[in-house]
Amino acid sequence: MASTDTASHPEPSRRDFLYIATGAVGAVGAALTVWPLIDQMNPDAAALALATVEVDISSVEPGMSLTVKWRGKPVFIRNRTEKEIEEAQAVTISDLKDPLARNQNLPDNAPATDENRAVADNENILIQIGICTHLGCVPLGQQGAFGGWFCPCHGSAYDTSGRIRVGPAPENLHVPKYEFISDTQVKIG
Amino acid sequence: MAATTSYQPKSRLGKWFEARLPVMGLVHSSFIVYPTPRNLNYWWTFGAILSFMLVVQIITGVVLAMHYIPDAATAFNSVEHIMRDVNYGWMLRYLHANGASIFFLAAYIHILRGLYYGSYKDPREILWILGVIIFLLMMATAFMGYVLPWGQMSFWAATVITSLFSAIPLVGESITTWLWGGFAVEGPTLNRFYSLHYLLPFMIAGVVVLHIWALHVVGQNNPTGIEIKSKQDTVPFTPQATIKDSFAVVCILILFAWLVFFLPNYLGHPDNYIAADPLKTPAHIVPEWYFLPFYAILRAIPSKLGGVVAMFGSIAILIFVPWLDTSKVRSAVYRPIFRQFFWIFVLTGIGLGYLGSQPPEGGFVIAARILTAYYFAHFLIVMPLVGLLERPKPMPSSITESVLAKGKSGDGSPAETGA
Amino acid sequence: MSNATRIAKDPAMKKYFATLTAIAGLIALVLAAAPARAAGGDTPHYPIEKPALESWSFAGFFGRFDSAQLQRGFQVYREVCAGCHGLELIAFRNLTEKGGPNFSEDEVRALAAEYDITDGPDQSGEMFERSGVLSDYFPSPFPNDQAAAAGLGAVPPDLSVITKARGVSRGIQWTLLDFFTQYQEGGADYMHALLTGYSEPPEDIEVSDGNYYNPYFIAGPSLAMPEPLFDELVTYEDGSPETIDQYSRDVSAFLMWTAEPHLVERKRIGFQVVIFLFVFASLLYFSKKRVWASVPH
Repeated sequence: MASTDTASHPEPSRRDFLYIATGAVGAVGAALTVWPLIDQMNPDAAALALATVEVDISSVEPGMSLTVKWRGKPVFIRNRTEKEIEEAQAVTISDLKDPLARNQNLPDNAPATDENRAVADNENILIQIGICTHLGCVPLGQQGAFGGWFCPCHGSAYDTSGRIRVGPAPENLHVPKYEFISDTQVKIG
Repeated sequence: MAATTSYQPKSRLGKWFEARLPVMGLVHSSFIVYPTPRNLNYWWTFGAILSFMLVVQIITGVVLAMHYIPDAATAFNSVEHIMRDVNYGWMLRYLHANGASIFFLAAYIHILRGLYYGSYKDPREILWILGVIIFLLMMATAFMGYVLPWGQMSFWAATVITSLFSAIPLVGESITTWLWGGFAVEGPTLNRFYSLHYLLPFMIAGVVVLHIWALHVVGQNNPTGIEIKSKQDTVPFTPQATIKDSFAVVCILILFAWLVFFLPNYLGHPDNYIAADPLKTPAHIVPEWYFLPFYAILRAIPSKLGGVVAMFGSIAILIFVPWLDTSKVRSAVYRPIFRQFFWIFVLTGIGLGYLGSQPPEGGFVIAARILTAYYFAHFLIVMPLVGLLERPKPMPSSITESVLAKGKSGDGSPAETGA
Repeated sequence: MSNATRIAKDPAMKKYFATLTAIAGLIALVLAAAPARAAGGDTPHYPIEKPALESWSFAGFFGRFDSAQLQRGFQVYREVCAGCHGLELIAFRNLTEKGGPNFSEDEVRALAAEYDITDGPDQSGEMFERSGVLSDYFPSPFPNDQAAAAGLGAVPPDLSVITKARGVSRGIQWTLLDFFTQYQEGGADYMHALLTGYSEPPEDIEVSDGNYYNPYFIAGPSLAMPEPLFDELVTYEDGSPETIDQYSRDVSAFLMWTAEPHLVERKRIGFQVVIFLFVFASLLYFSKKRVWASVPH
């Protein structure tokens, strides 16, 4: 390990290499030791197992809603009436406060048409996370000026497609990832 | 403690900080330039090993506490949840459980080092007594920690040991009820043990700080037992002691890893994988291995109160060792008679440990009584008498002399192997 | 070196040595004699017979579970044991874990759906039954211990950690040797011995009604569980022998997995850690030698 610059520093010797190697191995060991201490705070296997929830919606009639808990949050599953669907489809995008669909199953820039909010081949069913996009309260169903949902905390009103129309909430109610594993079973998450 | 520090920070920020809180100077004088005897052998690395193990136990303990539930109905299952679902939970649990064993192994070796080399003698009496206090706190911590998984052994060991307090005349029953928070070991007992188990290690850390402070005031002992006379006798703590301690710690880690990854339940008892049942006592109640000698002493005395007094006495007697040992010579290297008695004492301790693991029947009972008597005889008879009657070997006049004479008549390490 | 010989030659020392050797010898004698005295004591010690040491795929430094064996063992549990014994710490999803039985997620989803899980309360406040999903735990055959005792006379223990909850001491010399052979399979050995160990009681042992003699049982001469395994009791799909011995090995291995699902990962990481520590210790050793080279000590 001869060095050409011997004027200002003594030649790096085998001794220094030994110390550097020892220090490096020690540092690697320390890093490997730290990881489990950090990872143990990540959600454990039992929590991850509940990251998806399977719901049977066969008993949800038109005009009825079902609220299920998913990852600690409420999810509204509603079987909408004809009237609610018509009202939702009659709205033009430019009237909406938030023009994006906010649907995890679609691209981010999908517009907030009722088609993009409701279930793809079953426009009756609307699945959305029941948390107001303002500050997190749970809105009340079939209330408010637009016949959809109304958040009593600060007065946000959502329409029958779960889109924000009036009030401080900035976004439409979010639609989570879901998948129909049969006609009546939907897996959320 | 106000060491005349030679430490001058290089940076402006360093100088600014140091003028307000001189921690860097303290670390520098205590652990960098601190003069350490040059002839220390590997028995002197156990202080560093113990400090390391305390940190390991605290870190793994705090992390486990994020998942453990101290409720009688769910504690056992919460530990199983840690073992099965928490990321690396099985490793953290096994590290903590086996870490306690390594902690005690190192503590016993550290204490035996002190007994052999006379590290308890003037002027290190307070240092020694602080060590005994740390040992007592360790025992309390470990006892309460073992209760937390709420297995059969957890529950019944808690019942047996807390019931001992009822042997105290007049106030015994009240004290026991007060400890339990009820009429038997139950939920309240578990909860308070959890709280105290979390607290005590930090008290241990505080006493360790005092222990190291007391050590640095008088300086370390060394294998010859001869005090440092000149700078020539010493080397700076860093790098000499630091590198040696690091090597020793990693060697202990190999033993630790062998246990944790390949023998994780070797030192434990299968009965503790059975959830606690207050209506069913296990066939043989045994504590963890590090308590076995004291358990044997407890059971050796036929009277309940006598057993309790003997057990606590066997630890309390350590406090008086600086005054029980009458020898003018510190280190057993130069005390040929005392040296033999030391090893017999070690055998006695191991023997008592073995007896503590066996059912108290037949020949085991008599053996335990003989060894208990010998244990106390070592402190009360051997130490005072041997110190007075023994003729010590000639000693070198300084550490340096003993180091330089190493080639001729042997170094400062114990010559019991004769190799 | 010369110290020791000088001491030994001193006549006064010889007398001391004799005394001290006598004391040490006495201690050793007392300890050696003690077990012999204890064995002749009044209280009988169980088990009457100690389990034999079997060979297991998961034993040793490179131990691994045999997933085919675990699948067979699960089948035995399900068809023979689950009628009385719960497995409440195991969730259906655990059956898909790496290093374990290694069922596919679809297989386990179908399996879970065959179970009825009590859930609720529903909107009207009633508990209801539904099919199991991956995140559910194996339901216990009895709602609580009292129901089990009422039905069977004794409480069949949950089997989730049974192979860690049983161990038979083979004496101090074996205990010391086990440290070096890393023997941790005592529970599996016990389980296999118990399941295959049923026999007729000898003349001098009385077995009450509803109990069955088994010299390998840890808590007495007989237990409330009748012999659970018989030849051809369970049909194996993979052609393995349908014998009591095979069933017992398979279910014992399965129960070792339920007790230690991370065993394979533990030994894998352990191997890496020990190698790393040996390398690190060597580097530190040579560093220490270098640091101390110029310092007489």
